[in-house]
Amino acid sequence: MTANARRDSIPPKIWAGVALVAIALALLPFAAGYIGQAWVRILNFAMIYIMLALGLNIVVGFAGLLDLGYIAFYAVGAYMYALLASPHFNLHLPFWVILPLGAGLACIFGVLLGAPTLKLRGDYLAIVTLGFGEIIRIFLNNLNAPVNVTNGPQGVNLIDPFRIDAFSFAQAGNILGVPFSGPQKYYYVLLLLTIGVIVINLRLQNSRLGRAWEAIREDEVAAKAMGINTRNVKLLAFAMGASFGGIAGGIFSATQQFVSPESFGLFESIIVLAMVVLGGMGHIPGVILGAVLLTLLPEFLRSTMEPLQHLLFGRVLLDAETVRLLVFGIALVVIMLYRPAGLWPSAVRKRELEVARAPEAAE
Amino acid sequence: MSQLSLLIAKDISKRFGGVQALADVSFTINHGEIYGLIGPNGAGKTSLFNVLTGIYESDGGSFVFDGEPLDRVKPNEVAERGIARTFQNIRLFQNLSALENVMIGRHIRTQAGVFGAILRDKKTLAEEAAIEKRSYELLDYVGVAKRANDLAKHLAYGDQRRLEIARALATEPKLLALDEPAAGMNATETQALKRLLEDIRRDGTTILLIEHDMKLVMSICDRVLVLDYGKKIAEGTSAAVQNDPKVIAAYLGGEVALNLKGT
Amino acid sequence: MDIFLQQLINGLTLGSVYALVALGYTMVYGIIGLINFAHGEVVMIGAMVSLTVITALLGANVPLPPVLIILAGLFVAILVCMAIAYTMEKVAYRPLRKAPRLAPLITAIGMSIILQNVALIVWGRNYLTFPTLIQPTPHNVLGASMTDLQMLIVVLAGLLMAGLVFVVQRTRLGMAMRATAQNPQVAGLMGIDINVVISAAFVIGAALAAVAGLMVMTYYGIAHYYMGFLLGLKAFTAAVLGGIGNLAGAMLGGILLGIIEALGAGYIGDVSNICGFPFLSDALREQCAASEGSVSMFGSNYQDVFAFFVLILVLIFRPSGLLGERVSERA
Repeated sequence: MTANARRDSIPPKIWAGVALVAIALALLPFAAGYIGQAWVRILNFAMIYIMLALGLNIVVGFAGLLDLGYIAFYAVGAYMYALLASPHFNLHLPFWVILPLGAGLACIFGVLLGAPTLKLRGDYLAIVTLGFGEIIRIFLNNLNAPVNVTNGPQGVNLIDPFRIDAFSFAQAGNILGVPFSGPQKYYYVLLLLTIGVIVINLRLQNSRLGRAWEAIREDEVAAKAMGINTRNVKLLAFAMGASFGGIAGGIFSATQQFVSPESFGLFESIIVLAMVVLGGMGHIPGVILGAVLLTLLPEFLRSTMEPLQHLLFGRVLLDAETVRLLVFGIALVVIMLYRPAGLWPSAVRKRELEVARAPEAAE
Repeated sequence: MSQLSLLIAKDISKRFGGVQALADVSFTINHGEIYGLIGPNGAGKTSLFNVLTGIYESDGGSFVFDGEPLDRVKPNEVAERGIARTFQNIRLFQNLSALENVMIGRHIRTQAGVFGAILRDKKTLAEEAAIEKRSYELLDYVGVAKRANDLAKHLAYGDQRRLEIARALATEPKLLALDEPAAGMNATETQALKRLLEDIRRDGTTILLIEHDMKLVMSICDRVLVLDYGKKIAEGTSAAVQNDPKVIAAYLGGEVALNLKGT
Repeated sequence: MDIFLQQLINGLTLGSVYALVALGYTMVYGIIGLINFAHGEVVMIGAMVSLTVITALLGANVPLPPVLIILAGLFVAILVCMAIAYTMEKVAYRPLRKAPRLAPLITAIGMSIILQNVALIVWGRNYLTFPTLIQPTPHNVLGASMTDLQMLIVVLAGLLMAGLVFVVQRTRLGMAMRATAQNPQVAGLMGIDINVVISAAFVIGAALAAVAGLMVMTYYGIAHYYMGFLLGLKAFTAAVLGGIGNLAGAMLGGILLGIIEALGAGYIGDVSNICGFPFLSDALREQCAASEGSVSMFGSNYQDVFAFFVLILVLIFRPSGLLGERVSERA
């Protein structure tokens, strides 16, 4: 759609709603903290995943390219941060330097991967990206001998948190007399970053570039006939998606203060893809919903499945992790069968996918 | 002669496996004319289109477009050079609105990139407003302005064809290449199309037209190229071609006069 | 030179297994254009089921020769895998035949996760060992050694592949499959029941997968709920290498990939030996001295990377594979 949406005529009701949401978001970490600091950490995780999912949404949702190895860019950003802000190489660069560097490196990898492969057909591209993701993980896991770059399977720990001079985000402290825990401090930074990412995505969608992506997704031959350099435009989608992944990765490193190759495997790529696809591919609110649901789901399962099984069977038959994975797999199948456009699709995507189901109804 | 010529094709050949789709086809299209391309089914018309617009690579021959060579060029570069096309089977962006379809046509004549999109500076916003304005104008020009916000796939068939023309015009082409724009249209719609094509010619765009509707071709085309089995069998004014015995034989396989009165 | 032949033999053995699995991928892709992500898991289930049956028979001290016990395990595994493949196709793929490519790919991923976790629940998280029923007696072949098991795998795989070719080329079902692969609509109009043909492709692929699973398990001596993933991916690479949709391609690709992997793993150490480089840090120089001049940048732990590199290179430079046809798009 167009960039000049009717900004001047937004009714006061909407502004009131926005204000309410803003207040709720501002107070949320305190409410969560009251239940337990772990829940604030979960909120932070949800926001990192929102950023990741929105990044992948540019590739899969906007441009329609299937990337099964997206987590590799997350890994690049995370390890870049880990190597530049930890005792490993004894470098301690500040976060506002490293995050853009991480985004930049991830972007370069995105271009390197995309340049030769974006001309491939959908499912082939999926497999190639999957292979790329695995290659990155294998390298991260093995580049510890003879030269120790990544410290192999042990990972890198004692990573610096975000720091502005003496103010560290990892420790609890008082700001203007109000006590904040570490995760609560991070919450606000993450909230700002997430809002920034959301705004950037919205703007990308409603722009000349966003329309070009839509055109390619709808009919690539026609798009080329209209002069769109599909290769470069697709590459841009890849590069942008990769950059967001890189930033999210850096943040992940800082908040966790530990990274290892385990966190960056195919399964993680699939989870992020699921957030986009199940939430509503290409639809920013849907993707946010998908990210939040899939971050909260394991926690929800953890706190209900095991007590439930105790109640029913007297012991735990299936641990929460297995249940979570099983539910996840089933959800993928069920949603593709019955709501292929996702839980909260955009109108366009719903139409695109309705055609596929309609002939079934007629049979 | 070269000042007048917009497109010069020389000895264009294309082979698909055992089939010679085009064999040494040469023709010239002059500025400001409506140039028809006709021939029986399978004559190679759409193949010629596809070679011209970069979808296929020719096996031999060359194009000179607006004074510059046009060979081994990708489809998106062809559009940038100034040749815009429509498709025999209509290739609109089905799930986007008519307006959005035309706006996408404006892509190559505008600039805003990633930073423009993210920062939404004055220049970008002005460009976006201009794109929207121009797109509405084009929709109006072809006569589908009322359906601007309807999805392309919900438009009536005739409107879809005209929308495709609007989208092609949005790229500011020097040569507008139309692949059977009147296919499936009734007499009234064809008349309306004829008026639109005349408007386009009057406003300075050259048109290359594949058509089967002989009345339309003969009444509107300044010059016509006739292909049969991949070979050129006639090129000239519509009157000359109409009476060419080779052309008549190709269509009817015999010595029968085509009784056509151009309207 | 000695290592070359040895790695060739190892590669041939592994490649035969890849070929069997690749056939399953290529048949399904050739007919309905779907990458059956869950196929690797079917291999794993084949291994696990046969292991369970064999261990049960051994535990119950059934007085049968080892060969028959293995065959019994194999028989059950084949049946189970065929049933699973048939159900998967009917429930998760058939309804999505007309959907855009992304949808069945996602359900395939979902099925893969479901199968993995069901296996995890049934068989647990630990590696399971396979009892040594076939003694790995090595035979000397031109200086390298080839065990009974390796020979058995290669021969059996060869027989199965020949059998499949026979079915596809000489039987009515095979002809129906070939017709459907070329043009499903017209095949349907000619009276071929597409659903039967597609189910057959899945089921035959699953049977081959079960055998492959048993082979892998006997070769490496262990089975694990996660073993299907990497194997499946490599087999898919093999199918693409040979030309997806092409049976001969899958067989060629499988064997070729096995050999590339084995040779790569064997030689990567030598090829990436950095002791010859002029600029080395002190620590590295020490390592070189201590190991008599052979410190490799990349060792055989990078073996899996070969398959992925092959995949990427093939898809970039020759997407139709070695034996595939070039497909072009007409406007």
